[in-house]
Amino acid sequence: MLEAFLVSVITMATPILLAALGELLVEESGVVNIGIEGAMLSGAFAALTIAYFSGSAGLGLIGAIAAGVALNAIFAVLVVNLAVNQVVTGTAVSILALGLTGVFYRQLFGVTGKAFMVAPIAKIPLGPLARIPLLGPVLFDHNALVYVTFLLVPVLWYVISRTRYGLRLRACGERPEAADALGLGVIAIRWQALLVSGALTGLAGAFLTLAYANTFVENISAGRGFVALSVVIVGRWNSWGLAAASLLFGAAMALQFGLQALGTVVPYQLFLALPYALTLVVLAGFGGQAAAPSALGEPYRRQ
Amino acid sequence: MLSSIAKPFAALALAAVLISIVLAALGASPFGVFAALGGGAFGSWYACVDTLVKSTPLIFTGLAVSIAFSGALWNIGADGQLTIGAIAAAAVGTHLENFPHAIAIVIVLAAGALGGAIWGGVAGWLRARRDVNEVISTIMLNFVAVQMLSWMVHGPLMEPSRAYPTSSPIASAAQLEFYFAPSRLNLGMLLAVVLAVACYSLLFNTSAGFELRAMGRNRRAATFFGIRIPALTVWVMALSGALAGLGGAVQVSAISHRLYEKLSPGWGFEAIAVALVARLNPLAVIPAALLFGALDNGSQAMQRTQGISPELVQVIQGLVILIILAFDTPAWNGLRENIFGASSDDAAAVPPVAEMPDA
Repeated sequence: MLEAFLVSVITMATPILLAALGELLVEESGVVNIGIEGAMLSGAFAALTIAYFSGSAGLGLIGAIAAGVALNAIFAVLVVNLAVNQVVTGTAVSILALGLTGVFYRQLFGVTGKAFMVAPIAKIPLGPLARIPLLGPVLFDHNALVYVTFLLVPVLWYVISRTRYGLRLRACGERPEAADALGLGVIAIRWQALLVSGALTGLAGAFLTLAYANTFVENISAGRGFVALSVVIVGRWNSWGLAAASLLFGAAMALQFGLQALGTVVPYQLFLALPYALTLVVLAGFGGQAAAPSALGEPYRRQ
Repeated sequence: MLSSIAKPFAALALAAVLISIVLAALGASPFGVFAALGGGAFGSWYACVDTLVKSTPLIFTGLAVSIAFSGALWNIGADGQLTIGAIAAAAVGTHLENFPHAIAIVIVLAAGALGGAIWGGVAGWLRARRDVNEVISTIMLNFVAVQMLSWMVHGPLMEPSRAYPTSSPIASAAQLEFYFAPSRLNLGMLLAVVLAVACYSLLFNTSAGFELRAMGRNRRAATFFGIRIPALTVWVMALSGALAGLGGAVQVSAISHRLYEKLSPGWGFEAIAVALVARLNPLAVIPAALLFGALDNGSQAMQRTQGISPELVQVIQGLVILIILAFDTPAWNGLRENIFGASSDDAAAVPPVAEMPDA
């Protein structure tokens, strides 16, 4: 019971954390991308379609990366190069992806409602570690995406806060004019952050289709992209904080499945609303911008 | 003036070209698809009326978004505000059996507007007093509203037999009647049009509207003119929410008569496309909403005859928004000025959509 619950928490937290880590990079560079949901959906769709027709999960993952990167590239052209409003662009990108995946899905797989299943990507048990009672199955018996996601937490923390590149990234998010004056190339750095984030978000989508549902349904991401946005805020723009917030929200999601099955008096909607309500409380409590990069969301135009 | 009208049409035309390419790639006939969309939307008297019915919520949410965006308040939460308005209308509407029709209608609509105003006002207050970006708060409030609706129809407002996740129908006294039944023509559309005119005169003929637009152009400069930004922010967001909430109440009172999950198919997001095509002009919101309402209505027929999923409409929405944004950029405007000579008309008509103003 406990073991199944904890495994479910990790499964729920992984795609959210993966997408949130991508968004963290983007936000550190001074851009807010509320189109994560769209990149996630595109990744989910591309992964399933390619894995289904090629029979290769690996090709599916590559397709998911390509889809996420492509969508973020559209976003980057408008937001970074043309300095267009990031919020409206992000919304449009999400709507576009929701529409495109829906249309292509029906076109490729018909309207029969028949589920198109793929085999889940293989689990890689980590030798003897996976045989430890409780801890083994919960922590050391997952697919590669889970390990990569949680490994990225210390890696991104190190890159952002301890390397020269991280300093440049943060400079672009704090004072883009100053960063540009120092020759750091704000445009290039924001593009890089968005492309890496597109790859991570695409993979987060692939996790949903290739490791969780093993099929695609329209709007399969079901708001997870926006939960990732909350995770960045509740995690206070720190990758360790992001991991903690993802696990908390993953637990809330896992709990509501249990509650829905048990039919308790506590409305399960309370748990579904938790990530969003908690984000509001955290923002209202801490004041909105305290931990966020100063230039977050402001378009930067070179004069 | 010409270019401010021409731009949305150019954007729509370009979107149509891109959609045609996508359709051709899918092996469908673009001409057949557009003909099916048009036929489904305007092919008969009932189709035309249904287009009006489907456009009505888009006018309300389109106005909500236009008003907020005019003040550079990026309200992404019209969907949640509409949902809360619908919940409030249904919660009140089931208890109005013994009320006179006109009074019951007024109460239901007022409840919807109030619910939406609170949902929008909270985001305004968070922005004004706690420095919380309204984009994030309205997104979060959308999801909270979705869960609240789900809880309501599974819990407190669930119909008595408890077999279906819907509310009981609202009292017949609180229902807007249909004219020329079986058509679903009702007074909601008229109310939407009246409100569009009211919003236009608020925005362009009153000092409050001037302050709102000044805040939208440059928040910091507006403070120097003595405009009280925090109070204005709360009021604008509350008004924006009230408009969306009213849309939810009209939907419940006139069309659905009850609550159910996914009451809104995304009117609050489609509203962003409506508002941008209308260039945030409340009067232009009416034809823009009609256009997108027609697409929604025609999409069913398109699916039947052409086998293309109705989600194509969302592709169109997304493309139209992106193209209009790209057309609005300084780079593009600079290019056009170089080609056609500088024009000042855009400065008057163009809202600050292309730039996020200073916080």
